[in-house]
Amino acid sequence: MSSRIDVSIEHRNVPEPPGKQHPNTCPECDSHYRDDELEAALWVCPHCGHHFPMRARSRIASLADQGSFAEEAAELRSEDPLSFFDLRPYTERLAEAEMNTGLGEAMVIGSAVVDGTACELAVMDFSFMGGSMGSVVGEKFSRACDSAAERGVPLVSVTASGGARMQEGILSLMQLPKTVCAVEDLHDSGQPLISVMTHPTTAGVLASFASLGDVIVAEPGALVAFTGPRVVQQTTREKLPEDFGLAEQNLRFGHIDAIVPRPELKPYVSRLLRLFSSRNGD
Amino acid sequence: MATDHEIHLRDRLTRLRSLSLLGGTKVSGELEKLQRQLNRIQTAPTDEEIWRSVELARHQDRPYTLDYVERLLDDWVELHGDRGRADDAALVVGLGKFNGRTVALVGNQKGRDIKERTHRNFGMAYPEGYRKAMRLMELADRHGFPLVSLVDIPGAYPGVAAEQHGQGGAIARAQALMARLDVPTVACVIGEGGSGGAIATALTDRVLMQENAIYTVISPEGCAAILWRDASEAKKAAAAFKPDAVHCLELGVIDGIVPEPEGGAHTDPDAAARLLGESLQEALDELDAVPPDDLKRRRRAKFRSLGVFA
Repeated sequence: MSSRIDVSIEHRNVPEPPGKQHPNTCPECDSHYRDDELEAALWVCPHCGHHFPMRARSRIASLADQGSFAEEAAELRSEDPLSFFDLRPYTERLAEAEMNTGLGEAMVIGSAVVDGTACELAVMDFSFMGGSMGSVVGEKFSRACDSAAERGVPLVSVTASGGARMQEGILSLMQLPKTVCAVEDLHDSGQPLISVMTHPTTAGVLASFASLGDVIVAEPGALVAFTGPRVVQQTTREKLPEDFGLAEQNLRFGHIDAIVPRPELKPYVSRLLRLFSSRNGD
Repeated sequence: MATDHEIHLRDRLTRLRSLSLLGGTKVSGELEKLQRQLNRIQTAPTDEEIWRSVELARHQDRPYTLDYVERLLDDWVELHGDRGRADDAALVVGLGKFNGRTVALVGNQKGRDIKERTHRNFGMAYPEGYRKAMRLMELADRHGFPLVSLVDIPGAYPGVAAEQHGQGGAIARAQALMARLDVPTVACVIGEGGSGGAIATALTDRVLMQENAIYTVISPEGCAAILWRDASEAKKAAAAFKPDAVHCLELGVIDGIVPEPEGGAHTDPDAAARLLGESLQEALDELDAVPPDDLKRRRRAKFRSLGVFA
């Protein structure tokens, strides 16, 4: 049946390194760090430069000027429209995700100032059900677009997602056109979307708002693919190129504008924000 | 004995008959069609019925896009190529007269025999296919032709070249373009509406589904492989995520159900085409009544309203 498998969604399994490794052990060079050491280094391995996954709150702290972030729509929670039950009920998975992450959903949005320039942030967290996009992620992104349009500021999205959230069935697929329409409304208001793709940005999120950035950048080594290498390999039995689906390949094929290492991200984003904010010579 | 579910749906159908849906139009169909839908609903919620839709949607004799083109459009001219790299046979585009009016049509196309199936990549487009569709959408917008989209794709194609040629971005940009069109647009899922590959050509003013079509975020096999860790649990997965037309209507994902001949579209392709043609015409008539300036706004508002949360 493998040839029939639709691979538009890959939850969880995508970014797992082989074997059980401690999350603070670098998969590239085996160096091990304490939480505070990695937090201080923006979750980039001080030894080899490997980019560890970064939680939404840490990401926001790394981009927004101190104390400038004001969260919006934090109260939104997923419902269970299909009473979905696989090996476990969806509601149980949601509750567990909230307990484990301290987040209400896989995206955090709010207004912020980056190096003195105002913007709106929409940041995903892979720890919450693989960063999957269900109704709440779609709604939050959509509201972030409106908030940016209303205040006349650019929107910066930081994505980390396995794709659409299967537990919400067809409604999760509908978050693709929903977020696309929201970006179109943002663009009509004259504001840009700056899309930062982090590991992994795949499937439904890649096939919607993340790819509509006026400028698209990715972090080094991030998987940026509609279909991940594991599924392509299983389905086609093709030998895959070394960097298949990675940010580096995407840059080579012209799908993204730049690869920006995490320590350089804030200055890069703030430079773009300044460029977009001074179109009228002000 | 009427179950609560049935009463709910019966009530909903009654309301659909008299009330306006989003965008100010009525659900497709006359009383007779709604009665048929209701009859179907009375037995539909079973897992077996859902699985039967999956099987019918994939039936090897089910009419494909070109079968409908042949029966519904006059003066059909197929157009080829994305003007960049290739001509993708998995997605056909062209112009034709539909009830006397020029329309632009895009549709996924599967093959009948093994040779044609391979040629058409089992209906799974490459990024080149989406780009070809976008070229036609722009053409339609330029000349004021309504856009008709027939959706029948198992899912986006999981291949090396598809990734290298930017599949994710192509699907995103095709949707973005559809959100910008100033002409009336109608899509109908005529078989499998599989994931990103389907939504790439389905961000339209009206979205219809044939009675036995399915519309899914992932194939039942893919969902089963991930959530149940066993692709053979596809029936369970289908029962859980409910890809059938009735549930999609209930969730507000589609605007109407297009009836099929008894036993499914493949039993009588001529009748299936006639019923599809009636529904498409009905949708276009409704959209003609909408001021052009309003079409785009309402289209976006409709999609932006989709989702369930607290």
